[in-house]
Amino acid sequence: MLQKLNIAIVLAPLVGAIIAGLFGKVVGRTWSHRAAILGVAIAFLGSLVVFYQIAVSGAEVINQSVYTWAVSDGVRFEVGFLVDKLTAMMMVVVTFVSLMVHVYTIGYMHDDPGYQRFFSYISLFTFSMLMLVMANNFMQLFFGWEAVGLVSYLLIGFWYTRESAIYANLKAFLVNRVGDFGFVLGIAGVLFYFNTLDYNTVFATAELHKDLTMQVIPGTEWNAMTVICLLLFVGAMGKSAQWPLHVWLPDSMEGPTPISALIHAATMVTAGIFMVARMSPLYELSTTALSVVLVIGAITAFFMGLLGLVQHDIKRVVAYSTLSQLGYMTVALGASAYAAGVFHLMTHAFFKALLFLGAGSVIVAMHHEQDMRKMGGLRKYMPITWITGLVGTLALIGFPGFAGFYSKDVIIEAVRHSEIPGAGFAYIAVLLGVFITALYSFRMYFLVFHGKERMDHHTREHLHESPWVITVPLVMLAIPSVLAGAMYVGDMAFGDFFAGAIRVLPEHDVLDQLAQGYHGWFAMALHGLMAPPVWLAAAGVFVAWYLYIRRPELPGRIAARFSTIHRVLENKYGFDQFNDWFFAGGSRGLGRVLWRAGDVTLIDGLVVNGTARVVGWTAAVTRWVQSGYLYHYAFAMIVGLLLLFGLFVLG
Amino acid sequence: MVELADYLIVGAILFCLSMAGVFINRKSIIILLMCVELMLLAVNMNFIAFSHYLGDAAGQVFVFFILTVAAAEAAIGLAILVVLFRSRRSINVDDVGTLRG
Amino acid sequence: MSFEQLLFYAFSAVLILAAGMVITVRNPVHAALSLVLAFIASAGLWMLLEAEFLAIALVLVYVGAVMVLFVFVVMMLDIDMAALREGFARYLPIGALVAVMVVGVMAFVLGGGQFGLETTGEPVRHAADYSNTRALGQLLYTTYVFPFEVAAVILLVAIVAAIVLTLRRRPETKHQRVSQQVAVRREDRVRLVQMNPEERR
Repeated sequence: MLQKLNIAIVLAPLVGAIIAGLFGKVVGRTWSHRAAILGVAIAFLGSLVVFYQIAVSGAEVINQSVYTWAVSDGVRFEVGFLVDKLTAMMMVVVTFVSLMVHVYTIGYMHDDPGYQRFFSYISLFTFSMLMLVMANNFMQLFFGWEAVGLVSYLLIGFWYTRESAIYANLKAFLVNRVGDFGFVLGIAGVLFYFNTLDYNTVFATAELHKDLTMQVIPGTEWNAMTVICLLLFVGAMGKSAQWPLHVWLPDSMEGPTPISALIHAATMVTAGIFMVARMSPLYELSTTALSVVLVIGAITAFFMGLLGLVQHDIKRVVAYSTLSQLGYMTVALGASAYAAGVFHLMTHAFFKALLFLGAGSVIVAMHHEQDMRKMGGLRKYMPITWITGLVGTLALIGFPGFAGFYSKDVIIEAVRHSEIPGAGFAYIAVLLGVFITALYSFRMYFLVFHGKERMDHHTREHLHESPWVITVPLVMLAIPSVLAGAMYVGDMAFGDFFAGAIRVLPEHDVLDQLAQGYHGWFAMALHGLMAPPVWLAAAGVFVAWYLYIRRPELPGRIAARFSTIHRVLENKYGFDQFNDWFFAGGSRGLGRVLWRAGDVTLIDGLVVNGTARVVGWTAAVTRWVQSGYLYHYAFAMIVGLLLLFGLFVLG
Repeated sequence: MVELADYLIVGAILFCLSMAGVFINRKSIIILLMCVELMLLAVNMNFIAFSHYLGDAAGQVFVFFILTVAAAEAAIGLAILVVLFRSRRSINVDDVGTLRG
Repeated sequence: MSFEQLLFYAFSAVLILAAGMVITVRNPVHAALSLVLAFIASAGLWMLLEAEFLAIALVLVYVGAVMVLFVFVVMMLDIDMAALREGFARYLPIGALVAVMVVGVMAFVLGGGQFGLETTGEPVRHAADYSNTRALGQLLYTTYVFPFEVAAVILLVAIVAAIVLTLRRRPETKHQRVSQQVAVRREDRVRLVQMNPEERR
């Protein structure tokens, strides 16, 4: 029965997408959004049932094969579902956030001519993401992976007449492609060494392949498991926007705010984190891969956070915050604390979606003005948005008791205890990151909701709270932002909630060590008040208050004094310029060279026109043989005869 | 003793003379036709010589037929020459080179 | 040397000289006459080779018919003698060279002793009452009768072709149009008229 429910969960959003997409003009706007929301609602309710059955009632893990696509040389390519506690948790998160975004979109995209198209795309995205998380083999994982990338492309460039939007969606797609290239190589490695793409078979036999080596560069032996894990992680780097493949996420803010919330905060970008957690049996066998994951996550967490300090666009601040928090999740994965990373994924989904949707509410009220320098004091005009925004911000910085506190603190502690190479650097990075996070979060909060009102008179006249379709999702997301942490930290982070799904080797198991010190959520909150992360967060809040409320002229002076650092941060460390110059310009240059030298000169000039010219020249020369004079012809015959004579007689 | 080889050499010389005549003569088609007759004569010489020395009369029969065909060919060739002359008023070989490439 | 050899060399010399004259003299009539001389010398050689019929046939047919035809045509065409004198010597060297080379190769082949008396054996010397004509006729009308008929057809074709090519009809001459004559119908020629018989008064 649950098996049929799984299929319904996956297909309902797809049906909604098809109705809204192909028949949107026929059925009209209202029925389009009703179809899409109905589809996602069915998926959400189904996910709740599945979650209840598997996670709460302790039912058996489902591993069903729905459809065998092909069998080739003994390898089965199937469509199937693996639903264990990890998947069930992801399903609930994905469908819940998706449902909230669907309802929100009714209000946000109310005046947009592409209304039905948008609903079709976000339902299609929900289908793709569900296929990804429910997959039981690498091929279906890859299908979902590519599909969410495609829908992301479509949605970032939703307003396709905008030059910047087209630039952004192509950038996102191409950077994702780079990641996908590594991902495909990783899957190929799995197929090559394990001869199957089925998760359970691969995980069961992973131990046996632990010491295999391969020669990538002839002459040097590399551990096969490490190579495969690193290649898979390259895919995660692309999808989850880790350094250096992070460049696409800030630009993806060109898309409408609902999709920033859905795709680039809660679901698509977390696909990479989910994938690494799902592959924990493989990653545990390679300390090198774990170390790489750890270091890259730490770099992303710290340096991307710094960039959040100098942004003026409200959505960009939240985008860089997302990048930084993804770095935290990656750090957790690298420290072998997969459960903590996934737990943070869940809580982050709630409060980051909340922050994005709240930003969207502000943008709508400000008539699509996104520059924070033109906002201020909005709490008087938009109370619900203000309160939910405050809740989200407190969750983000890790205020004790809120969801973010539990997940972030576990990560920081896990990294502190980890012995994987690079853990020391990672610990410093995530610790300082807490201060930076608090600083930019409350900078945003104060600039938007408090302080002097900097908008123009006309906008101020029209400021009012957003309609219920926008505010109800905000409230609905605020609730788990507060409660989800306390409720699940015991089970998920320290307990054996993910025991079947995630495998950790005893020597890496930091969470097990931490679990000994866990005495319940309240005790943890109290204990947290006496630990460095909370102090750093408090310091960050204080500095933000000082700089933006007390002495608002200071930030400008600091920027002027440290102008070099400020310029580096404003240029996002120069990655965009480098990519534009090296990769984009390089490709164009290479294309130009190949076109001119290869195509025009060689192929067109030498081969195509060249053969024609040779033929013409030969004909022009041979023409003279036809002189028209008999005696020439006779002479030619005699000379030929003479040659034949010579050949036969003398030769 | 006159040997077969002597007759054959005479035939060869005759043939080469007529061949040379074909391409050193640029002026007149009639001379060309006469050279063709000389070539046929050289071939006939060969046949008769072989027929005599090998004792086979088939060679002479062949010459009989060559004679016939040569006569026919000479007649037609001259007819063509006459028609050509009527249209071009010249029998210079250079003037009939209009089928050039 | 024997008489036979003497005759051979004499006739050969005349033949080759005449052939040389054919290709070198300016006047086409002289060339035709040189060709006649060549044929006659050749006929002499063929007599030596005991092919009497063919020797006489050569003189009768070739000299008598073909060469006469040549001379007719030469006389008939109004040839511009002056134009014929130019451009002779230019091509002489290369032509002569090639001709000499061909002769050389041929002599190399023929003179190597392959065609000597050892290979062929003594030629058969026929008796005095040997009739070459009869021998030829016996072969021609039995074994080679089909080619004989074909040769006749070839001659017929040559006649027809020559006439067709060169016949000109002048408008004022009268001639028969055979096709019209054959295609005539009774109605065109005969008209029956009903007349009453005459009465004598």
